[in-house]
Amino acid sequence: MSEQPRDANDPEANGGGTNGGGDSGQGPPAGGRGGLQGAIEAYFRAAPLTVPLYAVLLALAIGSIVIILSGANPLTAYQALFTGIFGTPELMASALARSTPFVFAALAVAICFKAGLFNIGAEGQLLLGALSGVWIGGWGIIAGWPTLFAAGAAVIAGILGGAVWGFIPGLLKVRTGAHEVIVTIMLNNIAILFLEWIIGSRNPPILIDPDATAARTLPVVDAARLPSLFPGTGLHTGLLIAILLCAAMWYVMRNSTTGFEIRTVGANPAAAHYAGMSVSRTTILVFIVGGGLAGLGGAAEVLGSRGGYLTPGAYTGIGFDGIAIALIARANPLAVIPAAILWGSLLAGAPLMQVVADLSIDIIRVIQALIILFVAADMIVRTLFRIRAPRGAADVDEPVISARGWGEG
Amino acid sequence: MTTADETAPAIEVVGVTKRFPGVVANADVSFSLQQGEIHCLLGENGAGKTTLMNIVYGLYQPDEGELRIGGKPMRFESSGDAIDAGIGMVHQHFQLVPVLTVTDNVILGQEPTNGPFVDHETARQRIVELSERYKLAVDPDAQVADLSVGAQQRVELIKALYREADILILDEPTAVLTPGEVDEFFEVVRELVAQGKSVVFITHKLREVLAIADNVTVLRGGRVVGSADPASATVEGLASLMVGRDVRFTVDKEPPQVGDVRLRVNDVWVNDDRGAEMVRGVSFDVRAGEIFGIAGVEGNGQRELVEALTGMRQPTAGDIIIDRYSIVGATPRQVHGLGVGHIPEDRNRHGLVTAFTLTENAILNHYHVAPFSQRLLLNLGAGRKLAQRLVDEYDVRTPGIDVKAGTLSGGNQQKLVVARELDQELQLLIVSQPTRGLDVGSVEFIHSQLVRRRDDGVAVLLVSAELDEVLGLADRVGVLYRGQIVDVIDAEEATRDHVGALMAGAQGRVGAGEPGGGS
Repeated sequence: MSEQPRDANDPEANGGGTNGGGDSGQGPPAGGRGGLQGAIEAYFRAAPLTVPLYAVLLALAIGSIVIILSGANPLTAYQALFTGIFGTPELMASALARSTPFVFAALAVAICFKAGLFNIGAEGQLLLGALSGVWIGGWGIIAGWPTLFAAGAAVIAGILGGAVWGFIPGLLKVRTGAHEVIVTIMLNNIAILFLEWIIGSRNPPILIDPDATAARTLPVVDAARLPSLFPGTGLHTGLLIAILLCAAMWYVMRNSTTGFEIRTVGANPAAAHYAGMSVSRTTILVFIVGGGLAGLGGAAEVLGSRGGYLTPGAYTGIGFDGIAIALIARANPLAVIPAAILWGSLLAGAPLMQVVADLSIDIIRVIQALIILFVAADMIVRTLFRIRAPRGAADVDEPVISARGWGEG
Repeated sequence: MTTADETAPAIEVVGVTKRFPGVVANADVSFSLQQGEIHCLLGENGAGKTTLMNIVYGLYQPDEGELRIGGKPMRFESSGDAIDAGIGMVHQHFQLVPVLTVTDNVILGQEPTNGPFVDHETARQRIVELSERYKLAVDPDAQVADLSVGAQQRVELIKALYREADILILDEPTAVLTPGEVDEFFEVVRELVAQGKSVVFITHKLREVLAIADNVTVLRGGRVVGSADPASATVEGLASLMVGRDVRFTVDKEPPQVGDVRLRVNDVWVNDDRGAEMVRGVSFDVRAGEIFGIAGVEGNGQRELVEALTGMRQPTAGDIIIDRYSIVGATPRQVHGLGVGHIPEDRNRHGLVTAFTLTENAILNHYHVAPFSQRLLLNLGAGRKLAQRLVDEYDVRTPGIDVKAGTLSGGNQQKLVVARELDQELQLLIVSQPTRGLDVGSVEFIHSQLVRRRDDGVAVLLVSAELDEVLGLADRVGVLYRGQIVDVIDAEEATRDHVGALMAGAQGRVGAGEPGGGS
């Protein structure tokens, strides 16, 4: 019987009930060193970002080759990109505003990844949420309510709309074995076309604003508008909600029994079944939560944006970008925040780069694609920058993306 | 293959050292395989047997030392070099494509061509020739998926022979075979040697070593700790050489103090996922304080039966009563709540989440009850305390309770599962293949723990394909054949031969219903 040395001291803050004294135990633990330094260290321990960070650098480096090939100076281009994001407080606020819906969408995808489910449907869930939000937000009854209740009602409607759209693939998967990828892709199309019809239809008019020339809904009542965080820009309170939800989801995944069930189902559904968890219940629950998060994102976007109305083509692509962002964040809810802000900021800074460096705006899409490539194929980055796999062999890490194949569910 | 010297050893390994980060897998190992002999390489899991043979087969390059084939120094850069030098290896896990025919599998990677086309006919002829010459009885046109495990193994042999191997390395070849198939396989190996092949036989099963080896080399902890002449060696002597101390082969146990019936299985029928009837009308009782063993070749319904008894699968007919309650229709959690522990047959699939820490695995099926759950939150502090206690009490060798379960060795993983399932209030313990693939030390430990809980008054159902395990532990033995219990025998009356015959389909005394039909 050889006694092996064991870790005597507990390296991490003791998660669980000991952490956070009452008010909000949701923030990342602030570490013992105190101050900003400690908080940052604690954050990165909770949401390790090494590979994605290097992936961004590598993508920018290779992007500069593409820029040279298209006849521009990468330094000028990147400088313009930087100015386009950080040039003025207004620009910074706009970049954050651009990022807000991405946080919601990516979180919706990341939560499903945790349970081994591939939610391609954030797109449709977000649109349904936006539609529900704009519909309830346009009701005359709530016009006289205080903002908290009026906007709250519209936001809850958005959550419900998205949750219903998420519930469908979850239920179909559990009941019939229909693969969630196929179902959510089709539901996306249904959502897009449904929105086009319900907003665009003039005969009979359903949600269309009869006085507007282009098809769009009536704006929501003023009481239902989300307060702006930076007047003059599109930045609204939705960003704060998004960040709070990311922290809450991180905490739930780590420290709650439901989170434990979700992670177990994602890592090994057979073991979850053995351990007495209901794989079906968890699958449906996760899809409802994911759909609700995306729906909330859609509603917040309508209620917080400058017009307060919805047009048929609005917000397309956000759900798909959410998949990419969730991947960059390796499905870690805390890491979703910087990943989404990076994503949105690149898009927000691109127009200035286009003008100054005389480049196609699609260069940004190339750089984004390269980031995803290097995050997904992380061996490239690990080899180039000699990053060691985290403690414990790489192949036994909790799978980041563990969507299951056909017919296994 | 060119041999400079007819009397030179087929393989000679001189002073080979192979290091992996943090471990020395082989330390100054020397070993030689004479031409035309069967040489057993004996050692526990992790002793370095497979590493050594992977070096010989060119999959690894040694850090130090020399490899000579037929007397000539060699340095293989890949397995292709080793194949060219006349070495063939049959891996523990077969490398076959199930949907292809035997012929396609054999020629894969070395397809004979006729212009741009694959020349199936020539290949087929050669396979038939090889099959006849070495008495392998393989149908070249059969689809591999339809073959028995034993036949698939012979396809692997043909693959090696087709590539003109003179030296065959067999890695744990009997791990997947039934007792009858093992005997057949030994005949095949003897035939190969009789026709001039040389064989390295990697195993940790002592009985097999004595049955087949011409020579034995024992590895422990990456070093050669001895060799033996099987004519004079004993099982006990080899075991203590392999483990490094004396090993007990019989489990000490008192006569059972039998109590009430804790599990009553009444004419239960269970289907597998594809709807095939795997359990067909099984009835038996297990009483408190006894170990009821179920012997049988794998695939005769054991998995489905155990899953039905633990709530993981619903029977199509019949009744299962645990401690007065019928559990038909119950969930795994409800069954667990009756005080039923379950050590599943596949620890990586069901027993553990390898990506989780030891702590998370320790609470895997108790996470929802106090003290591990407080309202909706996990109390990881309580979980860590439990994990630490399990690790200490059940001697799980680990650097700490925060490492991933997947980083532990198989034996320690299984000890963790056993610890979790035994460390609770138990009425009934259902144990499936508890020691598969484990080293002797872990096997001893787990057996003694099962007997300890039996003596505490727990009813134990032990399902195992290892006949020795069932005979050594059980107080009564039921034999499962084609989904039916063909006989139930008291352990004192059960002999290896009799139970072995029942496992292969011989009629029992109280056989239930229609004959199974022999094969």
